[in-house]
Amino acid sequence: MTEKFILKTTELQKSFSGIIAAEDINISVKEGEIIGIIGANGAGKTVFVNMITGYLKPSSGKIEFMGRDITGIKPREATHIGVCRSFQVSQVFMTMTVKENLMIAMSLAKKSGLELLLPLDDEKLSKECDKILDLYKIKNQSNLIVSTLSQGMRKLLDISMAVVGNPNVLLLDEPTSGVSVEEKFGIMDIVISALKKSGTTVLFVEHDMEIVERYVDRVIAFYQGQVICDAPPSKALKDKKVIKYVLGS
Amino acid sequence: MYYGFGAYAVAMCQKYFGMTDIFLRFFIAVAAAGLLGFALGFILRRYREIFFAMLSLAFSMVLYGLLAKAEFLGSTDGMSISPSTILGYELGRFGLLYFICFFVICAIVFAQAYLRSSLGHLTTAISDNEIRVEYLGYSVEKAIHIKYVISACLAGGAGGLMAASLGQVDPDSMVLWSVSGELVFVTIMSGLGNILAPFMGAVLFEFIRTYAFELAPQAWQMIIGGTLLAIIFFSPGGLWSFFQKLNFLRKKNND
Amino acid sequence: MQFISTVFLDGLVYASYLFIVSLGLTITFGVMKILNVAHGSFYAWGAYLASISIIYLGDNEYNSFLYYFAIFLSAIIVGIFFGFIIEKFILRKMYGEDIHLIVLATFGIFWILEDLILIVFGVDPLMPYYPAMELGGIEVVGVYQGVYSLTLAALAAIVAFICWYFLNKTKWGKLLQSVIFDREVSVSMGINVKNVYLVTFIIGGMLGALGGAYVAPTISVSPGFAIDVVVMSFAVVVIGGMGSVPGALIGSLIVGMLRAFAVHQAPVLELFIIYAVMAIVLIIKPQGLFAPPKPRKI
Repeated sequence: MTEKFILKTTELQKSFSGIIAAEDINISVKEGEIIGIIGANGAGKTVFVNMITGYLKPSSGKIEFMGRDITGIKPREATHIGVCRSFQVSQVFMTMTVKENLMIAMSLAKKSGLELLLPLDDEKLSKECDKILDLYKIKNQSNLIVSTLSQGMRKLLDISMAVVGNPNVLLLDEPTSGVSVEEKFGIMDIVISALKKSGTTVLFVEHDMEIVERYVDRVIAFYQGQVICDAPPSKALKDKKVIKYVLGS
Repeated sequence: MYYGFGAYAVAMCQKYFGMTDIFLRFFIAVAAAGLLGFALGFILRRYREIFFAMLSLAFSMVLYGLLAKAEFLGSTDGMSISPSTILGYELGRFGLLYFICFFVICAIVFAQAYLRSSLGHLTTAISDNEIRVEYLGYSVEKAIHIKYVISACLAGGAGGLMAASLGQVDPDSMVLWSVSGELVFVTIMSGLGNILAPFMGAVLFEFIRTYAFELAPQAWQMIIGGTLLAIIFFSPGGLWSFFQKLNFLRKKNND
Repeated sequence: MQFISTVFLDGLVYASYLFIVSLGLTITFGVMKILNVAHGSFYAWGAYLASISIIYLGDNEYNSFLYYFAIFLSAIIVGIFFGFIIEKFILRKMYGEDIHLIVLATFGIFWILEDLILIVFGVDPLMPYYPAMELGGIEVVGVYQGVYSLTLAALAAIVAFICWYFLNKTKWGKLLQSVIFDREVSVSMGINVKNVYLVTFIIGGMLGALGGAYVAPTISVSPGFAIDVVVMSFAVVVIGGMGSVPGALIGSLIVGMLRAFAVHQAPVLELFIIYAVMAIVLIIKPQGLFAPPKPRKI
């Protein structure tokens, strides 16, 4: 009870019609930590992220955020209290331009109620928007329709849309999957440095161990719905169980 | 359905309160349809695509079933509506026309403002990706509900004006699903996303229908159906996108 | 008691032909994800073609076999002819387009085919009642009922059985089910989805036409009579769950019985009751009573 945790799960469990997708998940996250979540496909990583952000309702167990019980809240409520996420498959507005995507994200994060009836192309908003686009190095593409962009660009946009509301906790679901090898470090450099600056707590799901080793403070490894290791990367990546079940050799 | 509901609201207010003022008529129609839309919106907002369409169809058929059998509302014969007035004076044919134009302009201005707003842009966002909108912290259902009420209001207002100008309301020409079909046809023909487009579309639709009816009374539906298919095939964005393309080509040629 | 059996028999007969028509609609929807408004045209064309051939054969008791032959042949011809043309030349070019656009296209086709009927068959109603006359009527649980109408129920049962057998016991049926579940996966497994679509659309059309052709001898076939049936079969399909075969069966029984009840008990509420039930079912179970499962998208 001495340390303050920003996010804490107790005995979290999820089953789909009898099949257990996650169980006994006890994780505590300190503010400002950057955590890598690893595990083979189907180990329960995305289920975990989905439960925290309210896309799935846990079958049992408890999720606490800043001391408050947030078990089973709706995605938009999670967003409101400061738990945001990006997606394994980029969830962006395909028929709009990059800038429109971000403008909508921003206006929803900033305004409420009747203010939403004001015109979208507000000058102040537009400038702020450009700043973020600049930060994530997608400003040159700002007037392109999203469906014409590369996967990497979409991923960046997806992440930038998740951060506009200045979340306290950000969950990134495989930020580099589908991104080319040349792009991936560039993206992670941009994302992590931006988030470190704002002191955001980050949990990201990742398959690429190079990325995990380079950026995270702590590794949580999943295997068959359970946490098999929770340690700093130097230790975790040498852990026998992790090597056997996650790294696969 | 809201179109018919607006029209019937006007008719009922005349019958029970003797209300014939054009402003009152318009606002009653808008308000009645808006309220109905608000109430049904709570149910409808959970549905998408084909299910949304089907449930709307069911609701409108329920309304049709009720109106067609309700004796006090004139059953299938409907009710007649006396000429509109303004501050006690009777409006002539042209007077009514001016007022209708006025209301149409109001509606256009309003709709334009809505489409420019964040909420208006949200519509495209929702059709692109609902999950993302939820994760941005806005309730998709709420946005749909608002939009639904707005369109119900517009349709209701149109119905009210139609009732005032026709001088007659009846279920077959106001509430039946084929009426909605016609309206959807106009929308498709004109293309989405621009306010002036439906106006052009509506004019053209009436034009085609009148002429088709004159030329081939037995085959006018066929002509309309053929036009619909042709539009869907050759210009899926509607006539508006067709004009845009023409404009684009012209510019290209000039350059 | 008499009232109950009247409602039950009427409802059964009505449900039977509604089932045949709706089955066509639901199969088309299940496989192709197209809500085919032009389905009513198949129904109307089936009815007209059957009527014309029956009237051509004339009232002659030696013809009874030929009547049925004509009915089935009409259904098959209409299904193949229009099904082929519509799928091959119109719908095939539209797969992947917005679903609403496709619905509207079928709406356009419906309008065209309706007027074609006027042009080809004229506006006068046709009454090919000979087959129904010939079989006469019998008394069932105290109610007089046309035998022909009862054979309709038998036909529906046969169609339902064939359909069930086909879907669950044959290789082709399994193939079709995989297409229903996930089109893309089926393509990658090497199923020729284009052909599956064409055949499905034709079979769906045939069923629609069969409903119309078989019911023709019991009604007066006149322009515009199909539109009620389309809307009614929409209600059936929605109540049962779109794309579900048992759903179509249950849905048509519900709608058939409700309508028979309303017609005899409260004619004022006929339309109202059916659509109120449809609305209630959708509110309680948005996907209908027997919704087919959907693949996970995220």
